[in-house]
Amino acid sequence: MIKISHVSHQIAGASILNDVSLMIPRGGITALIGPNGAGKSTLLSLIARLTPLQGGQITVDGADVTTTPTDALARRLSILRQDNSVAARLTVADLVGFGRYPHHKGRPTAEDHAHVEKALEMMGLHPLSGRFLDELSGGQRQRAFVAMVLAQDTDYVLLDEPLNNLDMKHARQMMERLKEAARVSGKSFVIVVHDINFAAAYADLIVALKDGRLHSLGTPEEIVNRPCLRDVFELDIAVETVGGHPFALHQIAPEPLVES
Amino acid sequence: MPSDSAAFLPFPAQRRMQVKPLVLLALLAVIAVGLFLTLGVPAGAWEFALSFRAGKLAGLILVAFAIATSTQLFHAATRNQILTPSIMGFDALYLMIQTSLVFGMGAMATLDIDPVVKFTAEVLVMMGFSTALFLWLFTARSRDLHLLVLVGIIFGTLFRSLSNFISRMIDPNEFVVVQGAMFARFNAVNIDLLWISIGLTALTLPVLWHMRHQFDVLALGRETAIGLGLRYRRVMFAAFGMIGLLVSVSTALVGPVTFFGLLVVHLAYRILPGARFAPTLLASSLIAIITLVGGQAIYEHVLGLQGTLSVVIDALGGITFLYLLLKGVRR
Ligand SMILES: Nc1ncnc2c1ncn2[C@@H]1O[C@H](COP(=O)(O)OP(=O)(O)OP(=O)(O)O)[C@@H](O)[C@H]1O
Ligand SMILES: [Mg+2]
Repeated sequence: MIKISHVSHQIAGASILNDVSLMIPRGGITALIGPNGAGKSTLLSLIARLTPLQGGQITVDGADVTTTPTDALARRLSILRQDNSVAARLTVADLVGFGRYPHHKGRPTAEDHAHVEKALEMMGLHPLSGRFLDELSGGQRQRAFVAMVLAQDTDYVLLDEPLNNLDMKHARQMMERLKEAARVSGKSFVIVVHDINFAAAYADLIVALKDGRLHSLGTPEEIVNRPCLRDVFELDIAVETVGGHPFALHQIAPEPLVES
Repeated sequence: MPSDSAAFLPFPAQRRMQVKPLVLLALLAVIAVGLFLTLGVPAGAWEFALSFRAGKLAGLILVAFAIATSTQLFHAATRNQILTPSIMGFDALYLMIQTSLVFGMGAMATLDIDPVVKFTAEVLVMMGFSTALFLWLFTARSRDLHLLVLVGIIFGTLFRSLSNFISRMIDPNEFVVVQGAMFARFNAVNIDLLWISIGLTALTLPVLWHMRHQFDVLALGRETAIGLGLRYRRVMFAAFGMIGLLVSVSTALVGPVTFFGLLVVHLAYRILPGARFAPTLLASSLIAIITLVGGQAIYEHVLGLQGTLSVVIDALGGITFLYLLLKGVRR
């Protein structure tokens, strides 16, 4: 369980997060939603100790992220950032290999190679494993970075907009595979998604942030409905039910609601 | 198009692919050393020439290693492949420390101090300065590279002017003491400082070896490195401490060489694309030795020219710098 208690964050005097407290359960997929600038990425980088915590406390399975040795934490929790780039010239296989660094510290074993293979396989990167990152398309590069995080093989995986740049096939495939990994090995994924329907269809829990505060938290049915979405995004969105999941028709303005 | 990348192969095969160029470079380095020691030695003067040249050779090799290593560490730590410690005026910072010392104590007093003590003190001050400066510049958050290039060049100019300014305030007689250090002279390696330089440089070897994998992770950038559990600040401290030491050593021995590091390190990146820190460092050090020792042998003993090698090397390096800037900064 990731426990976030009274976390506040400021940048240059501006309040970015304001007294956020919530618990992210162990196992399954938690989707983090909210408008641009709500503080989703900030919250993820605080959990992953990429940004030092200013106020409040965050623990991962009881381990405080500010005091736990960083290499021990790297075997427990991994993060994909929203914008990824590396300066060094690396191949896909090399990049994914770095995901194993917390485990082997520079001397990869057969087990590490197996994990890299598995991650490459999972993201459909085998044909590309020898390419340099600057020779890939945007979506291919995104999959390579996700594969690196998956190779880290941690109980908690934070993914900031993993579906960025992905085509429909790869987006659906990625969500299905994450769901499967959560089911089979009990991993916990915390995913920032902008396409609310992916959250509705795959998440066990949805957390909505707005203006640096926790807005609401609940099952897809509790969050993905017209009033709640209107409140979070300040947008009127019609919601239908498709295949047992709420399905938001957010691309087009809905018929106005008939007042009853 | 899939590239014929080494990393595509399983690890042992990848390693084998790197061995060939490294062996070739080592051979070339040996040839350069042989030429340097033997070219144009007058008959009958062998003993004198060899012992004289051996000291100089040791100095050149030390400088080659120091410049290649500090440049590569700098690239790993700052996530850029264009700026180098000397482009950022690191060597000028060292000269400034030296000049201030003469200014503060008077040339006579500085000459009185045991050179070993003096040099060690200078190196320590330099390590402190460089670590502080670069921690401040680079650890706060990832910065825009173009901004960094600009800041770097401004710093370089600032240090150079400050060092010039201080030297102008010194008595002209005392100025002679510092002036010697201000121009790169490969033909007149400062032999007095050689032993202490060898000692100080040797200190970096076990650290480099021990931390080589950590520098690979460091090169991925701050956030990724922390995400992988790297103790980022500690590794940055180690990197900048060593950069300060190595730049002091090379500047003290031969004076500032602005673009040499950039040249050799980029050749190494080309020869071993996508290779890790350790093999790349081996390659760049060997290339630096070939260029410096071989170049000096040809200049001094074949062409009979004195001290112009640094100009040629810096011109080549400068062209590399321009080329990299124009080609577009790779992030
Ligand atoms: N370096 C910074 N300086 C000033 N403000 C910042 C900085 N980084 C982020 N912010 C502000 O913090 C707020 C939260 O940013 P954050 O990146 O967490 O949003 P987000 O919810 O991830 O948005 P998005 O959906 O666009 O990714 C935004 O208002 C942003 O402008
Ligand atoms: Mg974001």
